[in-house]
Amino acid sequence: MALVLNEEQQLLKESADGFFAEKAPISQLRELRDSRSEAGFSAELWSEMAEMGFAGLLVDEENGGTDFGVMGAGIVAEAMGKTLSASPYLASAVVSAAVLKGAASDAQKAELLPAIAAGEKIVTLAIDESAHHRPENTVLKATADGDGYVLSGMKTFVCDGHVADAFLVVARTSGEKGDTSGLSLFLVEKGGAGLIVDRTIMADSRNWAKITFEGVRVSGDALVGPLDGAYDAIEPALDQARIIVAAELLGIAQECLDRTVEYLRERKQFGVVIGTFQGLQHRAAHLFSEIEVTRSAVLKAMQMADAGGDVRWFASLAKAKACKTAELATNEAIQMHGGIGMTDEFDIGFFIKRARILQSLFGDFNYHADRFASCSSY
Amino acid sequence: MTDLEAFRSETRAWLEENCPASMRTPIRGDKEMCWGGRNFEFISEDQKVWMERMAERGWTVPTWPKEYGGGGLDKEEAKILAAEMRRIKARSPLTSFGIWMLGPALLKFGTHEQKLEHLPKIARGEIRWCQGYSEPNAGSDLASLATKAEDKGDHWIVNGQKVWTSYADQADWIFCLVRTDNSGTKHHGISFVLFDMESEGVSTKPIKLISGYSPFCETFFDDVKVFKSNLVGEENAGWSIAKYLLTHERTGISDMGMPTPLNMLAKDKLGTGDDGKLAESMLRHQIADHEIDAAAFVFTLERAKDEAKAGGDMGAFSSMLKYYGTEINKQRHELIVKTNGSDGLEWEGQYSNDGDIARSWLRTKANSIEGGTSEIQLNIVSKRILDLPA
Repeated sequence: MALVLNEEQQLLKESADGFFAEKAPISQLRELRDSRSEAGFSAELWSEMAEMGFAGLLVDEENGGTDFGVMGAGIVAEAMGKTLSASPYLASAVVSAAVLKGAASDAQKAELLPAIAAGEKIVTLAIDESAHHRPENTVLKATADGDGYVLSGMKTFVCDGHVADAFLVVARTSGEKGDTSGLSLFLVEKGGAGLIVDRTIMADSRNWAKITFEGVRVSGDALVGPLDGAYDAIEPALDQARIIVAAELLGIAQECLDRTVEYLRERKQFGVVIGTFQGLQHRAAHLFSEIEVTRSAVLKAMQMADAGGDVRWFASLAKAKACKTAELATNEAIQMHGGIGMTDEFDIGFFIKRARILQSLFGDFNYHADRFASCSSY
Repeated sequence: MTDLEAFRSETRAWLEENCPASMRTPIRGDKEMCWGGRNFEFISEDQKVWMERMAERGWTVPTWPKEYGGGGLDKEEAKILAAEMRRIKARSPLTSFGIWMLGPALLKFGTHEQKLEHLPKIARGEIRWCQGYSEPNAGSDLASLATKAEDKGDHWIVNGQKVWTSYADQADWIFCLVRTDNSGTKHHGISFVLFDMESEGVSTKPIKLISGYSPFCETFFDDVKVFKSNLVGEENAGWSIAKYLLTHERTGISDMGMPTPLNMLAKDKLGTGDDGKLAESMLRHQIADHEIDAAAFVFTLERAKDEAKAGGDMGAFSSMLKYYGTEINKQRHELIVKTNGSDGLEWEGQYSNDGDIARSWLRTKANSIEGGTSEIQLNIVSKRILDLPA
């Protein structure tokens, strides 16, 4: 398969770029932050996104989706990275849709996926328990209780946790901290007894939450996928999410470069535009190179994910490379903008904040470099 | 079975039968490559047989037209051939500047007669070419070259000096930039000519490098007679050919093929712990960091080729590829030396195959200088892609 977008994907890219530039510019995120918006996203935008089909890109047509695959979802995520739009897209349409598609029963899919694809129900994955992504270290306990389970423990870094209608919770049903076996996945609706959701305000002004489970009871059919087998069941979906997050990081890096180059063409010092200085030209050209190389890794990973099969190596490659390049791009953007880059009034600071959080989501550079090496048998 | 599948199985069977076993091992350094040419000494009978068999099918230059000694393969077939060669770890049967630099330029700008005269000899490994570009006062600023060609009716008399001419002392012919007019801007008045290195007045002097080898030469022209039939393209308009050829050179330098993964070299040398991880943890980290970039770069080459196929113009993108690919290769060799520790710095003796690791490492330092320095490539990217002012 040629490593380029096909016509359909090209059209999706153009429509996504146009949509977010018009409907969700960076000023919208600023407004949500400054007004201390309770929801943390615009419900109007989210329903328009659903109308565009963006909430169902990973959902098959039978369940009301548009079935554009990881490629489609990544293309839209890249466009969102350019304007830093805030919506439950990542939590619900990407991560939860992928997890359910990969692990849920047909009945569960039929119940949840159409609502996700329509943007009517927000579902999010609760997986991390410490500041570093290590799914095998899960200790939140699910104990069998009659025909159901009782969940006790806590989760952190839950995307859109305080606005979610339901949670997909990774819990330990057997084994010990550090074991990849013995994990199970449960669907927990919001509002149940013992479920405490605390919104966490983080640097990126997006929605995150810590969630405490104080003996939350769920029924037996809340189990999603095989008992004790959640690690393997959701790993492919996590990899899809990592690739799509890498695509969003790519969008951030590209936008940082574009804004910086534009600034270099306009800003004058010593009587000339600073873009004539070789010291800055070379930094910009190097950043361009890194972004192009990252684009190839992300594109390849998206294609491989849609082709099926084991994509762990490709996903870790894409996420690791995107982390590195986004870090470079956001730092370089501030440096090359000079003093104005440090001001809150200027938008460039929003990019570095979103980037760092996405970098640590579902495994940072070190996590994925280590996993990349392990997948390559060294 | 589709035509392509049939082609794949035929190719696989043919390669199995015709590629000698010793040509299925990794090439160790420049001296084990097959360069061809009048005076080339094959390192083994296998090397000779392998080159001849491939040349007979046109597969030393798979995509060139058959009438010029090529295989006449389309891009899909060529991709299959390359994949099948990789599958059995077959060495490249013939490496030459004729194949990856002059050939594409002649195919685009040469006359039918010039193509018929020169291309088949390149394909069969009979004539080895060198590139006369850089001069003592025209390195990064190549267009300021001064080698003078004086018009004598049906021929020119060429006087001047080239430098960093790769393997000039072993080459049979040279493709050379000469100044045929001094009256306009520096980019005007350059002509692209071909001549035999055995012509009277041509002499070469190898330059010994930090690797201890002399892959580069100084080349002197003292009243060399060059017939005008050996002019490629228009007189005084050679700069556009020079630039076209440079994009091929840059893409070629950036595409080092798929060398043995660094992690495999490291595992052989250092071993792994009980967890299967490389025994030196800091080195493992550095290798992973490097191989992430290297793998992403390989996909970038793939993407660039696919985009070019879809009608995009590679243009200045080749400068990015040259820049990134050479920096990656330099880093790879730094890590090979680190992996091998003090063994990697041995200079002579059988154990190290006469310092293969150390000398190859030092050779890579030229990667980001030859074919336009990294800084020149970044200049090109910033001007032609990022549109930053000069």
